[in-house]
Amino acid sequence: MKDIAIVAYQQSDSVSDAGAVNEVELIMPVLARTFEQAGLNSAQDVDFVCSGSCDYLQGAAFAFVSGVDALGAVPPIKESHVEMDAAWALYESMLKIRMGHADSALIYGFGKSSPGDLPTVLSQQLDPYYLAPLWVDSISLAALQARLMLDKGLITERDMAEVVSRSRRNAMNNPHAQLSGDISVEDVLAEETFLSPLRKADCSPISDGASAMIIATVDQAKAWGLPYVVISGIDHCIETHNLGMRDLTDSVSTRMAANHAGMNAGKVDVAELYAPFSHQELILTRALGLDKETQVNPSGGVLAGNLMMASGLSRIGEVFNRIVKGEAQRGIAHATSGPCLQHNLVTVLEKGENA
Amino acid sequence: MANLAAVVGIGQTKYMTKRTDVSIAGLVREAALKALQDADLTWDDIDAVIIGKAPDMFEGVVMPEAYLTDALGCNGKPMLRVHTAGSVGGSTALVAASHVQSGTFKRVLTVAFEKQSESNAMWALSNAQPFSTHLNAGAGGYFAPIIREYMRRSNAPYNVGIKVAMKDRLHGARNPLAHLQKPDITMKEVEESFMLWDPIRFLESCPSSDGACAMVIANEELAEKSPKPPAWIRGVAMRSEPTMYAGREMVNPQAGRDCAADVYKQAGVTDPRRDFDCAEVYVPFSWYEPMWLENLGFAPEGEGWKLTMEGATSLDEGGDIPWNCSGGVLSSNPIGASGMIRFAEAARQVRGDAGAHQVEGAKLALGHAYGGGAQFFSMWVVGSQKS
Repeated sequence: MKDIAIVAYQQSDSVSDAGAVNEVELIMPVLARTFEQAGLNSAQDVDFVCSGSCDYLQGAAFAFVSGVDALGAVPPIKESHVEMDAAWALYESMLKIRMGHADSALIYGFGKSSPGDLPTVLSQQLDPYYLAPLWVDSISLAALQARLMLDKGLITERDMAEVVSRSRRNAMNNPHAQLSGDISVEDVLAEETFLSPLRKADCSPISDGASAMIIATVDQAKAWGLPYVVISGIDHCIETHNLGMRDLTDSVSTRMAANHAGMNAGKVDVAELYAPFSHQELILTRALGLDKETQVNPSGGVLAGNLMMASGLSRIGEVFNRIVKGEAQRGIAHATSGPCLQHNLVTVLEKGENA
Repeated sequence: MANLAAVVGIGQTKYMTKRTDVSIAGLVREAALKALQDADLTWDDIDAVIIGKAPDMFEGVVMPEAYLTDALGCNGKPMLRVHTAGSVGGSTALVAASHVQSGTFKRVLTVAFEKQSESNAMWALSNAQPFSTHLNAGAGGYFAPIIREYMRRSNAPYNVGIKVAMKDRLHGARNPLAHLQKPDITMKEVEESFMLWDPIRFLESCPSSDGACAMVIANEELAEKSPKPPAWIRGVAMRSEPTMYAGREMVNPQAGRDCAADVYKQAGVTDPRRDFDCAEVYVPFSWYEPMWLENLGFAPEGEGWKLTMEGATSLDEGGDIPWNCSGGVLSSNPIGASGMIRFAEAARQVRGDAGAHQVEGAKLALGHAYGGGAQFFSMWVVGSQKS
């Protein structure tokens, strides 16, 4: 199987409200920077394009259709779309390259969450007969999960506050972050609870934005003369939708995906985890068995800005950035989808030549 | 080169206006179970599930794959959700095939569905957007002027669409799963049905259906051991172009022509009318048969309608290149599944398993789907032989 590598990654600033900017306008500047980074002109210069978005964020059928307008798809291009986080668009693109129908691919994800009430919108992702009619929102479900962790003595509120404090401090070095600052554990704990036991700081903010990536076979990356980071493994796994039938204090599917992706074949210098709530970072860190050797969410993670449908891809992009900068040799990125970490994807990234 | 892959199991629900007897989960599970039975397999034999459907607003469930994983035996496995507008059923089959053709998986299940009775597709397709022109036209209103332009350019007689509408319903009457069952339909009946979007009459339009279609796709080794004949995947292609741009050819879209050229090259098809035994092509409004006959190279530009009128595409008239023997989209249209039904029906033909709508001795067939404003295309070629 051909080795596949990332050669470019860009994301927009994570903002609470992009205003009158539409989806195409969110995507275009990010794509322009991504092409520039790779020394390419447009989507015509890659063999395949795949995106991730969600119709319900835009409140319209076929949200991704307008996205094609950002690509310069004349003459026509080979293009596909997943109604998932763009990390899964990366997955689809890898299959396309592995089967020999492409040597390079552009992947992008975008979401404009600000016009709607995101936690309520996500309540309609639940079983439409038994759960969705209750309009249980995503924060309430996460709060139940956090309560379970606390009641079992698996974590303390201080542990959660430490995650928040570290995220905000790390985000001070992330120019795209929405929330950052020198906030102590005590500062977080002093905050009132929002949906007990969660404080607002325990929850990722509502964000608008986009991110994009270009991948290629290692041969193509070398031909382009670009520094690259090899995707040495990628896998994903879904669990039951029925929350009562899952151990919500663990993430079995994350562990399975990591094992299949070969995470344990070497040292993990850095991990970017898609944990929309502070306690979920603790669940993921433990499920993966990460220790102090691994720096977790140096970007601040999604607690510093959560680009729905792009955050999973951004986690992979953040690890790419660390490795290209020489801050890490090997890292993993995690993406999630569904209520309480139902569906998880793990990517293993390793330093290539020139990176 | 891609690894060889083949369809080894196919399952479809009965298509009808309202499946009030099953939930959405029940609907997809019904098709999936039939596909597993057809392949003589169980849930444990499946490595991954690839699911597709058209906009989530058609059922009012955001990213329903999260909820459907339990019904599809996918817990502990990878689940991927494809959405590429009306072409999604075809694209989903192609993404599923890529799981095997890439060598990543041995055997996968793919399902596409729509339960349109849960919502109103016309509404879901037409809600106003803050930054775009509001067409409020639905699909028929969008395509009607494009059809008129085809009629003007080709000088086709007014009743070509009427002929297609009758022909596909007669085909559908051979298929017990088809939604519309009209064995006695006549051209007069079609002509006298009321005008919806001039020139598209009521009976020249697809119905709105509930239904699901599923396939099991396996690698070469497993396909060879399969109890029933496999349908070997000989070519796969997708193309997209923007919805609107200056100079866009909307009657005979470049994306469709490029997609066909790509998939024919892979399958060694040089003369589609001669090389294929039959085709399942996405024709939701009658006039799209002559238009796609030209777009897909079965007839020279401006002459597609002649094949239709000569009976070349009719099973009942003994045509040399029957199109949509299953009754096509004009007989059953669960939107998100319609593309996969085309792909699956093409596979049924080359497996020799198409029942009363079987084309005798079919060896090579085209499956085709398009979506949006005819700017998204997906196609595959399946054969009874590996090459």
